[in-house]
Amino acid sequence: MANPTTGLPEHHVAHHFDSADQEFDSIKNGMWLFLASEIMMFGALFVGALVFLTLHPAAFREGAHHLDWRLGAINTFFLLTSGLTMGLAVIAAQHGQQNKVRMNLVISILLAAGFLVVKTYEYSLKIEHGTLPGRLWHGEGFHDPFVHIFFGFYFVMTGLHGLHVLIGMGLMTFSLIRSTKVQFTRSYFTPIEMTALYWALVDLVWVFLFPLLYLIG
Amino acid sequence: MIAHVHHENINYLKASKGLKNWLVTVDHKRIGMMYLASILFFFIAGGTFAGLFRFELWSPLKDFLTPDQYNRFFTLHGVIMVFLVVVPGIPAALGNFILPIQIGAKDLAFPKLNLTSLYLYWIGAAIALYSIVAGHADQGWTMYAPYSLSRNPAVLWMMVAAFILGFSSILTGLNFIVTMHNMRAPGMTWYRMPLFLWAMYATGIMQIFATPVLAITLILLLIENFVGIGIFDPALGGDPLLMQHFFWFYSHPAVYIIVVPGFGITSEIIAAFAKKDIFGYRFVAYSSIAIAIIGFVVWGHHMFVAGQSELADSIFSFLTFFTAVPSAIKVFNWTATLYKGSIDLKTPMLYALQFLWNFTIGGLTGIILAILSVDIHLHDTYFIVSHFHYVAMGSTMIAFIGGIHYWWPKMTGKMYNEKVGRFAAILVFIGFNVTFFVQLIMGSQGSPRRYYHYMQQFQIHHQISTIGFVILAIGLFTALGNLIASFFNGSVAPKNPWGAKTLEWEEADSPPVLYNFKETPVVTHGPYAFETEKA
Repeated sequence: MANPTTGLPEHHVAHHFDSADQEFDSIKNGMWLFLASEIMMFGALFVGALVFLTLHPAAFREGAHHLDWRLGAINTFFLLTSGLTMGLAVIAAQHGQQNKVRMNLVISILLAAGFLVVKTYEYSLKIEHGTLPGRLWHGEGFHDPFVHIFFGFYFVMTGLHGLHVLIGMGLMTFSLIRSTKVQFTRSYFTPIEMTALYWALVDLVWVFLFPLLYLIG
Repeated sequence: MIAHVHHENINYLKASKGLKNWLVTVDHKRIGMMYLASILFFFIAGGTFAGLFRFELWSPLKDFLTPDQYNRFFTLHGVIMVFLVVVPGIPAALGNFILPIQIGAKDLAFPKLNLTSLYLYWIGAAIALYSIVAGHADQGWTMYAPYSLSRNPAVLWMMVAAFILGFSSILTGLNFIVTMHNMRAPGMTWYRMPLFLWAMYATGIMQIFATPVLAITLILLLIENFVGIGIFDPALGGDPLLMQHFFWFYSHPAVYIIVVPGFGITSEIIAAFAKKDIFGYRFVAYSSIAIAIIGFVVWGHHMFVAGQSELADSIFSFLTFFTAVPSAIKVFNWTATLYKGSIDLKTPMLYALQFLWNFTIGGLTGIILAILSVDIHLHDTYFIVSHFHYVAMGSTMIAFIGGIHYWWPKMTGKMYNEKVGRFAAILVFIGFNVTFFVQLIMGSQGSPRRYYHYMQQFQIHHQISTIGFVILAIGLFTALGNLIASFFNGSVAPKNPWGAKTLEWEEADSPPVLYNFKETPVVTHGPYAFETEKA
């Protein structure tokens, strides 16, 4: 059955579900559980970083001072704003406003790309200064012998987070394609909702990463 | 349309034909059967490695393996049995098949994700097998730093395999929990769910919350190997104890991921063959959840002699004693269920009773190991080897085999030979206990685990253990042969051969139709409503 204004077909509930509600709730619960497992994975890294902060506080402070908090702040702005546009995309999808959904998705993708551009610039600075983890380290002018571990955590944590940003952009692109194929309605806006949930996790992890790496010390 | 309806009403084994249709199926029953075949294959492989080093230990000096081969074989035995057999084991094979039918659903909530998790299992398994030829993995299944930091390709591939298998496990747990929340048939309230499902729920919680920590630990170990990041490597200022904390934060719950599904099967079998409602149903249900939760706060008891602070040791010891409470609730309640039941000693029941015996020994030896002063003496001896084999093999695998016998008529539509089944069950019981009870004795006398050479005084213990292994192997192959034979020439199974009260027996055919039920069942009674029928 096609929508009269957009001409897009409506979504069909999968064979093993009884209703659209059951399908949506199942997928949403599944997403929440997946996000919980993601938090446990990042959580372990945060615990590791805090253990290291306790073992070598001077090294942690020295490493943190080497990061530019202004670049981190710009990225925080990018991510939080994209969180807002993803939220707006969900509301638009619930009202079946396909164009508004697309517009918000495109803005979100651009903001996420902006985040990655800044991150790449930061990485290039680290490569220039030789502040790389472990055996790759050739930084100069540092006092504490364990600063390299700080940058180990920095690269692992921001790298894993950056990978999640990339995956999030992939989901947004998928949602964008979906918006041209199927009509969103009050009972079917699943891809947008799930992308927004995933993106909220990406935001959340960054909100804790930024102070831990850039501001403490 | 009529042809379509007809297609849905033939049994799942015949719904479509050919290997390709099996490989792309999203039917939870077929995925469960493929898991079952894969897991049994690796059970035989892991058992073969155990047999090889068991025979090597026949005499204190070299028999036929070099020390290096001996290290490789116990590592392979451990990795295969943990990551490819007991951890996925019951949930992936039997849970997959039975769970949706027991709640009256057409399938799991995410059938494609379920197939993905099977493929991840196969990819992980293939990489684990590749690591055997990639080099000499000798780090043990725990992959402690710095043993695992030698850039040994076999060790690295083994970590990649464990990482992928972890994802398979997370996806299975996630799928199960969502299915139980959202897919229950009309009338299937939480307290009408069979206890097997409560156990699957508890297992799912642990799979989702513990496994990601293992995943990140393995990623860090791999990075540590390649760039020497200095987080775990003491030579670079890292903390190897942190790695052990992370590892056991997963691997202690993993022990309960292994055993809790066995509790679930035991509850089903005991109720069906004592023809009684499980005594204290809610206590048994909640004790599974309690074990899942307590399982997250006891990991430090693996590190009593690893240089942890005395305060941490005391707290972890204290918390570990708490696991005895829900475990004991289960054992007491199963025993109380048997009291005045009309007990039918069929093959599955023989396995359930073995489970009670073995789990009691496995659980109580665990309490002994939780005592700090005793653990210093018993740590890294055969006592602990025996303890976890009483849990992982004596409890989990025994319950698994019991469950396979219990649900075999439903899964295949065939009855196996009851006499051969019982004979095999008795051999397995004798073989297992001969193999492992003697290890408790030699361990308490101080015989360390994982040693290639051992003192002359322990030779008799090792020889008894090896003889036990042979009896156990004969029992297991007899059981397997009996099942496979029934597949070809067993008699046709009736819908409900055991007279059980759960949905898969009362409502689904043997074997079930493509979408499990011809029409969605409406549940009107609890899972073990035997008494109500009499009245």
